[in-house]
Amino acid sequence: MSDLSQALSVALDLVLTLDPQMLGIVRLSVQVSGLAVLLAGLIGLPLGAVLALSAFPGRGAVVVMLNAFMGLPPVVVGLGVYLLLSRAGPLGEAGLLFTPTAMVMAQTLLVLPIVAALARQVVADLWEEYGEQLRSLGVSGVGRLVTLLWDGRFSLLTAILAGFGRAAAEVGAVMIVGGNIKGVTRTMTTTIALETSKGDLPLAMGLGLILIALVTLVNAGVFLMGQWARRRMG
Amino acid sequence: MKRLLLAAMALFSLAVAPAGAEERFITLASTTSTEQSGLFGHLLPAFKAETGIEVRVVAVGTGQALKLGERGDADALLVHDRAGEDKFVAEGFGIDRRDVMYNDFVVVGPASDPAGIKGGKDAVAAFAKIAVAKAPFASRGDDSGTHRSELRLWKKAEVDVKAGGGWYRELGAGMGPTLNTAAGMNAYALADRGTWASFKNRQSLAILVEGDRALFNPYGSILVNPEKHKAVKVADAKAWHLWLTGPKGQAAIASFKIDGEQLFFGDAK
Amino acid sequence: MRAPDTILPLELDRVGFAAGERALLDNISLRLEAGVRTVILGPNGAGKSLLLRLCHGLLTPSAGSVRWSGAAEGEPVRRRQAMVFQRPVLLRRSAVANVRYVLALRGVPWRRRGPLAMEALERFGLAPLAPRPARVLSGGEQQRLALARAWAAGPDVLFLDEPTSALDPAAALSVEMAVQEFHASGTKIVMTTHDLGQARRLADEVVFLSHGRLVEHAPAAEFFKGPKSAQARAFLAGELVC
Repeated sequence: MSDLSQALSVALDLVLTLDPQMLGIVRLSVQVSGLAVLLAGLIGLPLGAVLALSAFPGRGAVVVMLNAFMGLPPVVVGLGVYLLLSRAGPLGEAGLLFTPTAMVMAQTLLVLPIVAALARQVVADLWEEYGEQLRSLGVSGVGRLVTLLWDGRFSLLTAILAGFGRAAAEVGAVMIVGGNIKGVTRTMTTTIALETSKGDLPLAMGLGLILIALVTLVNAGVFLMGQWARRRMG
Repeated sequence: MKRLLLAAMALFSLAVAPAGAEERFITLASTTSTEQSGLFGHLLPAFKAETGIEVRVVAVGTGQALKLGERGDADALLVHDRAGEDKFVAEGFGIDRRDVMYNDFVVVGPASDPAGIKGGKDAVAAFAKIAVAKAPFASRGDDSGTHRSELRLWKKAEVDVKAGGGWYRELGAGMGPTLNTAAGMNAYALADRGTWASFKNRQSLAILVEGDRALFNPYGSILVNPEKHKAVKVADAKAWHLWLTGPKGQAAIASFKIDGEQLFFGDAK
Repeated sequence: MRAPDTILPLELDRVGFAAGERALLDNISLRLEAGVRTVILGPNGAGKSLLLRLCHGLLTPSAGSVRWSGAAEGEPVRRRQAMVFQRPVLLRRSAVANVRYVLALRGVPWRRRGPLAMEALERFGLAPLAPRPARVLSGGEQQRLALARAWAAGPDVLFLDEPTSALDPAAALSVEMAVQEFHASGTKIVMTTHDLGQARRLADEVVFLSHGRLVEHAPAAEFFKGPKSAQARAFLAGELVC
């Protein structure tokens, strides 16, 4: 219990004093995970919708794979991106290893299957309801995709949130491709891992509490927004 | 296709890069022990103030640090495994290896000391006692410099740790996590003094054996061979390399202390 | 706005529809002309909704053919039809935006969409509800909005599948009035209903189905006065027909 209360006081201390180093770390975490989710959404939402609305041979296999990839081990994704971006790797000349960009790339790959798989489910369910009407109106393929994604926007927010939660919480991928460089690629999770390995458990746990609070805050915000919008739009 | 991808990534990294990002930097692959002791927090600002070069430290095990150098993902290395370092240079991946400093390892263990090694000055004898007592021993098991040193000690003590028996536990973890685990299961462990000095979660662990020549832990600085990887920032890396092994770097190393105790001793020639 | 020519008549030639081994509609030949309100009647499970969907092209017949003034089903004829379902499917946006959606789909220039949408809403008494989210409207209002949306598309033919079965009498009446609006403007009406009173009020001709077969196709007055088949007589007498 004393460990936890100590962690709590460390967390409060960091927040209340607006520790500049901590602010930088929080900012980077939010920036990296936020951008990763944005990219994953831009790719994953249409991809999921296409999978829900089109029929092609092997579609079932793609869906199974997508669902399985929701649980991709972050370390493996990190390693894959590392091998790509390493100077000895195929994209080495871009010099992106150990940069926030590399971290965004790795997290995008982690989040993409979650967003796409959940989007596919949402759009497929909506199609059950809307299918006849949209076909009756003569809505074309792309039109269906856009219409269903827009009408599923409240449910899709949940998919996006799930993706954000995973990105913000993972440490394996960003550790490998970011290198946990102080002031450059050090995020909340890699800091927690570092402080744990230094045996400074209260500080590590304190940072963990801040991370949890942050993710909770984002979720609460989106939840309230969704509630309000749902009440308005039916 | 690849060119397009690279262009897209370049554009994208502009969007991600924090405003006013430092452009002049080198990447240094080093070990968790040096990073976690806090030494870099002491050295790097001094070096940057003098040269304007930022040093970005990627802290991993010595084995992985050498691998990063091999693939050209770092510009310079600061590691501690003489045999591995020499091999790295001999294979042409690195150039100009120089002695930088040394610290020492300590044998830590639970205060109850079931193997009865406390106060000894002979690390090899202590290791033999631990094996006879079959007392739990937490090994890094991660191919780091510390792990390699530990294995050399077992070899001198003529103990075959691969024989098993449950008392020898390979963790595959960095120094800190290994100490966390050792503290949790009252195991013995070999630790570098720097990490130990700044380690907070000791519980009942204490230093039991220290001061043996066999526990000497030398660090070397190596430049990654620019002939292997064109992208290596050879000039700035060399500036760091020379500074670290020069009088200013050596003085900075000597002035780094935790609780008044000097942890690293410069030995550059 | 409406093209002078029409896609009617609609001709079904020996149309059949089977689900697996089971024939749900069998050998239906039918010719539906412009200007006449057609009501499809029949007991539950007779295949009324199915027939409507085959006519509208939502389903493809497993036998026979559906032709519009000689042309096969396809995008050009589809765009000149509209359908109103038992439960309206409205988009999660405002009432007026639902109508604008169809106008955009029909290629109406952006500037003209606003006035046309408002005109359609006004025609069905929905103008005050224009900015309200479609999904929170009452059942009757939603069905009228579905009709306004169909109106905006300016179809040659309007299919209605039990459009009032989920509504209270007052709302049902407003939907019937809306159907009359379409008829008055020259749109061909084809609807199914299980409300015989409604059928008497709206029908010019009746298509009577039983067990997936076309039993009678007759002018409404004739059908209600003296149906020729035993099934239709039993149906009108309110008996349970199996």
